[in-house]
Amino acid sequence: MKALCYNGVGDLRTERVPDPAILNPKDAILRVIYSSVCGSDLHLINGYVPTVMQGDILGHEFMGEVVEVGTEVKKLKKGDRVVVGSIIACGECSYCQSQAFSLCDNSNPHAWMLEKAYGDSSAGIFGYSHAFGGYAGSHADYIRVPFADRGAFVIPEGISDESAVFVSDAVPTGYMAADMADIQPGDTVAIWGCGGVGQMAIQSAWIKGAARVIAIDREPERLRLAREHGKAETLDFSKVNLQEALREMTGGRGPDRCIDCVGMEAVSDSFAYYYDKAKQYVRLESDRPLVLRDAIMACRKGGTVSIVGVYGGLVDSIPMGAAMNKALTFKMGQQHSQKYIPELFDHMQNGRLDPSFLFTQKMSLDDGMKGYDLFNKKQTMRVVFAPGGVA
Amino acid sequence: MANEKRPVSDVLGMGQIEPEASGSSQINVGASERILSAAGGALLLSYGLRKASFGGLLLAAVGGYLTYRGTSGYCPMNERLGRNTAQEDEIVDAIEISKSLTINKPREEVFKYWRQLENLPRFMFHLKEIKQIDPKRSHWVAQLADNPFAKVLGSVEWDAQIIDEVENERIVWKSVEGARIDNAGEVRFIDAPGGRGTEVHATIQYRPPAGQLGGTIMKLFNPTFKQMVKQDLRRFKQLLETGEIATIKGQSSGRTKENESLEKPSSEYATVQEKHESLML
Ligand SMILES: NC(=O)c1ccc[n+]([C@@H]2O[C@H](COP(=O)([O-])OP(=O)(O)OC[C@H]3O[C@@H](n4cnc5c(N)ncnc54)[C@H](O)[C@@H]3O)[C@@H](O)[C@H]2O)c1
Ligand SMILES: [Zn+2]
Ligand SMILES: [Zn+2]
Repeated sequence: MKALCYNGVGDLRTERVPDPAILNPKDAILRVIYSSVCGSDLHLINGYVPTVMQGDILGHEFMGEVVEVGTEVKKLKKGDRVVVGSIIACGECSYCQSQAFSLCDNSNPHAWMLEKAYGDSSAGIFGYSHAFGGYAGSHADYIRVPFADRGAFVIPEGISDESAVFVSDAVPTGYMAADMADIQPGDTVAIWGCGGVGQMAIQSAWIKGAARVIAIDREPERLRLAREHGKAETLDFSKVNLQEALREMTGGRGPDRCIDCVGMEAVSDSFAYYYDKAKQYVRLESDRPLVLRDAIMACRKGGTVSIVGVYGGLVDSIPMGAAMNKALTFKMGQQHSQKYIPELFDHMQNGRLDPSFLFTQKMSLDDGMKGYDLFNKKQTMRVVFAPGGVA
Repeated sequence: MANEKRPVSDVLGMGQIEPEASGSSQINVGASERILSAAGGALLLSYGLRKASFGGLLLAAVGGYLTYRGTSGYCPMNERLGRNTAQEDEIVDAIEISKSLTINKPREEVFKYWRQLENLPRFMFHLKEIKQIDPKRSHWVAQLADNPFAKVLGSVEWDAQIIDEVENERIVWKSVEGARIDNAGEVRFIDAPGGRGTEVHATIQYRPPAGQLGGTIMKLFNPTFKQMVKQDLRRFKQLLETGEIATIKGQSSGRTKENESLEKPSSEYATVQEKHESLML
């Protein structure tokens, strides 16, 4: 089959690789219909996530058709049209049973790698480095899905393939960001980053009862989409003094809930950005926590900072004094797809959530590198590969 | 070492049973005889050391065994012949490894699976086979690393004896005299508080084959060995909780076939690349 493989930093190639096979009884094989790029892939391609190997197939946000099931797959069957959560979870361990699927004890065959770096391991993730399991990703004609009964959800009638694909990752991530923020009636929610994840966090914040949503980015088109599809007020952080703007917009209080949908590759034109970039370059710091710092400073006393933007290693100069003395609550994590997907379908069917506008560009796998270039430069919201052809 | 930390088993009050100082951890080769075995052993040893896997460990153990039959001297042949040309009566310190994991299953179920010793090779990948000889005694066969030396040397085998057992609570065993790697161990099964499943605590002690110098070399393997015990426990947990062991072996990638088809890649036990580590930590 064809697959988009990592060959080095900034170097992806479409290659011929063997078709996947069932390796464990709870596996299924999917024919991939759509497979989307995600901001998380950029961290890998740009070299910020270690243990990516030459030949690894990327991609973790996908939907398709079940073509084969293992002997222990009970619910799924051949021909089912499904979307699969980007995080792999067994459903049986104590974390899975308390719905914290991204903390699954059993789905990461390379748990020891993460354990070394983090003190404990987290779940396996499709196409997301060997520390997160080394699973082959979805930018391919076919993909093997472990624990398929847990991870694959049959797409209800009335939800198009073009919307469903994002239920894999961008939608549950944005939704979990809003869920973790613990939004109370009357709250103002500030959201950093208007990529796919941020856009979904905006829509979800309304569902969770926000009175106001303020979206922050510097890409005019993305800010426009946040206004149009998210009914958010927007701030271009490259054009305003962000701290001042947020404080004055909220009568001097600061936003009640601050959500980071940017993560380790945040940009700005400030001195801090170049400082972090330089440290990152010489490996003194692995992540650029610009948004995290902003969120902590802006957040009102007693408020919540909810983090779904990904961090991988060490960050520097976190204003811990501000967080402590303002009594902030921090909530964070990789998304628990299996927990949220059923209720997301419901929100989508009832028109409360609509991810379809994230689908800005359809491409063939052969154009993989080109697609990621466009996406990396923020020239398109999300490139979606159609292995079956783009016609 | 002078300021070594208190062993975990001590904290947990486990593992008082020391492995028999029989086999290779004793010294019975005289000085003049020693030098001869050293060369061949050293070759195996260095080969095994480069393989950061348990197979490699065993290979190094066999190499170390030959080397130190030479350099520090124990020879099972000598022992069997009742020959002891050595003066001093030296016994090598045991090395200890302790690891725990919590399994989301009732204690009885966890104990039962483990006590059926034939099950162990299903999650202890370095074992080829265990045969129960009688209710207390079993025969263990371990795999050497997958390489030409290993093929010549065959497998490492020993007998073990359960010397203490309380149903659903603990199993204590010891290798019987003459094992190539003298070892002893204890596994405890404890209810985790608040219905959080079963804690499995494993403590394994082994005597490095071949004198104090052997001990120094085997210590190099300790992180690997610790890693291996943890991996074993993790696979045990996966099997019990999900009925399968998570794997990517045999999946597709843009790498060559031979890269992918390694039965148990040594990278599984190897350390994270340095470049990567600096990022992750
Ligand atoms: N927790 C999870 O499970 C999970 C799942 C998916 C994605 N993610 C993470 O969420 C983040 C966003 O993903 P995405 O797909 O939307 O990425 P994306 O690259 O499409 O969007 C990121 C956006 O952040 C903006 N940005 C950069 N610096 C900023 C700053 N200082 N302030 C405000 N905005 C800034 C960029 O202009 C861009 O529009 C990434 O870090 C990704 O890894 C996490
Ligand atoms: Zn993602
Ligand atoms: Zn689990």
